[in-house]
Amino acid sequence: MLQIEDMRVSYGSAEILRGISAALPAGGLTALIGPNGTGKSTLLKAVAGLIPASGRMVLNGAGIRASSVAYMPQDTSQKSALTVLEVILLGRVNALALRLDPTLVEQAAALLAAFNLEDLRERTLDRLSGGQRQMVFLLQSLFRRPEVLLLDEPTAALDLNHQLFVLDTIRDYCRTYGIVAVAAVHDLTLAARFADRILCLNGGRLHADGTPDDVLTSDMIRSVYRVEAEVLRSSAGHLSVIPLSARAA
Amino acid sequence: MTETASDAIVAGYHRQTRNRLVRVAGFAVATIAAILFDILTGPAFLSPLEVLATMFGATDDPMLSAIVFSVRLPMTLMAVIVGASLGIAGVEMQTILGNPLASPYTLGFSAAAGFGAALAILFAFQLPLLATLTVPAVSFVFATLACLIVYGLARARGVTSEIMILAGIATLFLFQSAQSLVQYLAAPEVLQQIVFWLFGSLLKASWTSVAVSGAILVFAIALLVPDFWRLTALRLGDERVRALGINVDRLRLRIFLAVSLLTAGAVAFVGTIGFVGLVAPHLARMAVGEDQRFLVPASALSGAFVMAAASVASKSISPGAVIPIGIVTAIIGVPFLFALILKSRRSFW
Repeated sequence: MLQIEDMRVSYGSAEILRGISAALPAGGLTALIGPNGTGKSTLLKAVAGLIPASGRMVLNGAGIRASSVAYMPQDTSQKSALTVLEVILLGRVNALALRLDPTLVEQAAALLAAFNLEDLRERTLDRLSGGQRQMVFLLQSLFRRPEVLLLDEPTAALDLNHQLFVLDTIRDYCRTYGIVAVAAVHDLTLAARFADRILCLNGGRLHADGTPDDVLTSDMIRSVYRVEAEVLRSSAGHLSVIPLSARAA
Repeated sequence: MTETASDAIVAGYHRQTRNRLVRVAGFAVATIAAILFDILTGPAFLSPLEVLATMFGATDDPMLSAIVFSVRLPMTLMAVIVGASLGIAGVEMQTILGNPLASPYTLGFSAAAGFGAALAILFAFQLPLLATLTVPAVSFVFATLACLIVYGLARARGVTSEIMILAGIATLFLFQSAQSLVQYLAAPEVLQQIVFWLFGSLLKASWTSVAVSGAILVFAIALLVPDFWRLTALRLGDERVRALGINVDRLRLRIFLAVSLLTAGAVAFVGTIGFVGLVAPHLARMAVGEDQRFLVPASALSGAFVMAAASVASKSISPGAVIPIGIVTAIIGVPFLFALILKSRRSFW
């Protein structure tokens, strides 16, 4: 369980996060939704300790250590001649010695094989598609064996098949290892499909916090996104958000 | 199924590591060959046998001993040390600034060293007891001063690569104009000395310069080794590296200091030598990739190789004379850089 209490972030005089409090369960995937510029990325970075923030965070009853957090930024455009296996190994850069521990190589290889990405192992980052890079960076985050996994739009560069695969994997992973996973996502239907919990931010404040059924309503979408939408339930019981029209901002 | 796939990945990684070691060894062999060739070449027209006999003590001709031990060996060793220093300084400059065009000269250290030397020559002052070390010492001080200016600006405005490059370019222009001013003020005979210093020549090498620059090289390598993996990670971009728990600002400043030392140590004694710090890292990166455990030795060795080979060329172009090596490295370096740009279809910058 990750408890966040009254988290605030300001850039100069602009307050980006205006006191966020939430309790995120371990073993479940929490989706972070909200319009552009409402502080989703800022919240993830603040939890990861990458930007100064006030407030309190408690992970399983204790303080949060940098080594127990993995944060995956949205931008995957960085080009370099690092190989896929090297990128994954660098997930634990502070554990790597001049003479590389062979068990670390074995663990990284096992992770790559478990995701059926062994064909990519010697490919360099500059020769991967955007989606492949996103997969590799996800594996790098998992290689850190985090207790808290923070993902900024992990499916942004992926095709439909890989979107489902990645979110399925993340959900399974956090259930199996009992970790806290938080993913900022724009696709509300995808959020409903995979998240156990949804946090909705609006204007730097927590607008709603609950199960997809509680949070994803036509009213919420109208007031937060300024969009008229229908929220339907499929015959299999899944929620689906159908946007109808944008209202003038 | 997964078990064997995973084994294959591990085996592939070990194979790749062996390949890289073989390539680093290849650079070492080429460098040793160039070193031997350099010692055997010179304006004194000695035969290879005479040189070898002198080196291994098989002759006691004082004239041969003087040429081999007081001229050729220090020159060759200085070429290797300067080449290795500039190769490492170049690769780390490119790494911390995230820019393929970065080299030890980008941030104005070398212009500052040149200004210091020009100033010392213009005013003809001499350090007590160490008269022969005056020019190198003053140019070292000014290179360090340039480093402090860039460092100070970066600390004040945030240690990003953009701020460092901007601060460096400003420093470069400052010291280049100061250099021009000194040249403008200098009397013709003094001007000649200044210009000769600025050319970059191994004729200034001595056992003292070998000892000082060599010690700086060893010290800087010792500073870099513990950060090899963190520097490798820096190629993932600042945000991602911060997320991996690395203090990027501190890492950048630490490496910046090592690079400044290396550059100052190399240029203070032999003057401006262009392109080695730019070309050697590219050669090394193409051969061994981004892992700094291989990239740094490969870059040092390819820098040493380029310098030793340029030294041979500087003695061979015009028989009986030694052309300043700074001119040779620039002449060889430019077409080489063009070839690299045209040949490389990859876009990892």
